[in-house]
Amino acid sequence: MAEFKEISPNANGGEKLMNWVDNRFPATKLFKEHMSEYYAPKNFNIWYIFGSLSLLVLVIQIVTGIFLVMHYKPDAALAFGSVEYIMRDVPWGWLIRYMHSTGASAFFVVVYLHMFRGLMYGSYRKPRELVWLFGCAIFLALMAEAFMGYLLPWGQMSFWGAQVIVNLFSAIPFIGPDLALLIRGDFVVGDATLNRFFAFHVIAVPLVLLGLVVAHIIALHEVGSNNPDGIEIKANKGPDGVPLDGIPFHPYYSVHDIFAVSMFLFVFTAIVFFAPEMGGYFLEYNNFIPADPFQTPLHIAPVWYFTPFYTLLRAVTSEMMYVLIACVVVGTALAVAKAKIPALFKGLIVGAALAVVAMMMAIDAKFWGVVAMGGGVVILFFLPWLDNSPVKSIRYRPTWHKYLYAAFVINFFVIGYLGTQPVSEIAGRISQAGTLFYFGFFILMPWWSRLGTFKPVPSRVTFTAH
Amino acid sequence: MKNIKQLATGLVMVLVLATGAHAASGGAVLDKAPGKTTDLASLQNGAKVFVNYCLNCHSAAFMRFNRLTDIGLTEKQIKDNLMFTTEKVGETMKAAIDPKQAKEWFGVNPPDLTLIARSRSGPGGSGADYLYTYMRTFYRDDTKVTGWNNLVFPNVAMPHVLWELQGERKPVFEERQEHGHAVKILKGWEQVSPGTMTQIQYDQTVGDLVNFLQWMGEPAQNTRVRVGVWVLLFLGLFTFLTWRLNAAYWKDIK
Repeated sequence: MAEFKEISPNANGGEKLMNWVDNRFPATKLFKEHMSEYYAPKNFNIWYIFGSLSLLVLVIQIVTGIFLVMHYKPDAALAFGSVEYIMRDVPWGWLIRYMHSTGASAFFVVVYLHMFRGLMYGSYRKPRELVWLFGCAIFLALMAEAFMGYLLPWGQMSFWGAQVIVNLFSAIPFIGPDLALLIRGDFVVGDATLNRFFAFHVIAVPLVLLGLVVAHIIALHEVGSNNPDGIEIKANKGPDGVPLDGIPFHPYYSVHDIFAVSMFLFVFTAIVFFAPEMGGYFLEYNNFIPADPFQTPLHIAPVWYFTPFYTLLRAVTSEMMYVLIACVVVGTALAVAKAKIPALFKGLIVGAALAVVAMMMAIDAKFWGVVAMGGGVVILFFLPWLDNSPVKSIRYRPTWHKYLYAAFVINFFVIGYLGTQPVSEIAGRISQAGTLFYFGFFILMPWWSRLGTFKPVPSRVTFTAH
Repeated sequence: MKNIKQLATGLVMVLVLATGAHAASGGAVLDKAPGKTTDLASLQNGAKVFVNYCLNCHSAAFMRFNRLTDIGLTEKQIKDNLMFTTEKVGETMKAAIDPKQAKEWFGVNPPDLTLIARSRSGPGGSGADYLYTYMRTFYRDDTKVTGWNNLVFPNVAMPHVLWELQGERKPVFEERQEHGHAVKILKGWEQVSPGTMTQIQYDQTVGDLVNFLQWMGEPAQNTRVRVGVWVLLFLGLFTFLTWRLNAAYWKDIK
């Protein structure tokens, strides 16, 4: 506990007030720690604005969400009509609704870019593993939030999207059917489902999300930000204990972020006002038809931000299982032949692999599709321990690493696009190749990330004055 | 490097092919709708056609009659000319038909039309394009219960409601060989019996109706665009200021 500070009676009112508050709540201390004396590397580039922007979009979603809840009715008979009521009869309701629906997509745009930044500059490496883990948990919570929010307009895509995804859980052996029933609260998606998704969407998940965001930022400010050079600025401190390459977050990065925010809002509002449907990607056309349990749409596709993971799901067919089993067998053989570990461990690995192969043969491919979809997200949690590269930043990695990252991005776009499309022979094959590449990129990372000639890392950050 | 470029080009090619194949399976090619949701005269005529011909069987359950004041009508004009089944001008547009009877007569319930111009959008064109083409491609087909069929929506349950205006027409197809199998391609139309309107008048009437449906799908759409211009102008200015503010602070950082 800090000591009680007396202030000179000649101080002005503002100073007296702050002194009074600071003796009871660490307002100035917090501001210093997180803003004016939080030293961030001075060489941040454009990739470093997406964290602040995610926070901005979170605020937009919460504020617009509050106003939507004032008029929305979570009732299967009324939900669709209440959304149209918001669009037509509530003053500026259309603006609030479009901000919320565009905000959902914008959230994923900025979060994907934020995550890719972490990937490029090794922001998850020691000592920032927990920052990354909290971030991955935020991503997971965000997916749950978006999925449950999408049911609320109660259109055809809301209904059938939820129906398809919840049915996936029933593929889990033994507990699956009961689990799906528990999620739906009914045998089909219905009023009970809508009510519980509403509860999760407006309070449960947002609470978790906010908690995780706070943890993410506290962890970040504890260890300090990484930077595009992947150098620890704390390794070079001046006599005053301030990192030589660090500058106070406030005002330098606060003005930076305000500039970024205004540019982001320019694009965001352009979409809200001129293309809120975004060609059917942000608001799917079929969702302007009220949910009808008796009429299955010809083509059910999730919203764009889920489609890469949806492709991972669809890629796992019973044919694909043979390829995956072969991967497990080859992987095990390599581990036994190459790894320098005691024979007992090798025996355990072979035993585990045999068990996995047996399960892969015994359980339906649909379940393994669900595992692939979930695994596609969960594997991100392991990145800090998969990356063995001697340098953090892509800048000092071998050139071919950059091409590998580029291929990963292209592949992510391709599987994302394929997830929006109906199944076909050729698309199915590309999806399967894309799925193998997606997982191969991560699973083989401990091996490939060490290979090649790394460039020397400078001791100080590279920065040219603006 | 070269390999990656080739790989990327290959993938893009595959995507293009896949999209092309997808678009081709979409059915008839859609004509472009006029899309003039700011033309008040057209919207008013469209509203008239809508309440006279469509509202008997279809509802527009999220559309209030008094919202028509947005397209330049007074409440009195709406009450006197456009309201046949309801009393209050603040009420929504309900179909005259009993849904049970509708189901008996057509086999399906006629869908609500409030959002039809939004929900019918797709890769082939906007919802308005779809409706504009749909309302102009009915033809006589004696094998169907209603006696009518449609090129955009084959075996549609709805008869040609505007047939008195358009008259009866017959599509003329040309058989062509494509990829080894015969494909029917629409060459033109043959007028079987005349309607009360010329083809140009009819197309204009349907255009007005579709304009109205498009406007009804989102009555705030023109306000949205108008407000949007001001918002972007403001943000453009704001961005300039924040850019200079940022530069003013960062000039100290060496």
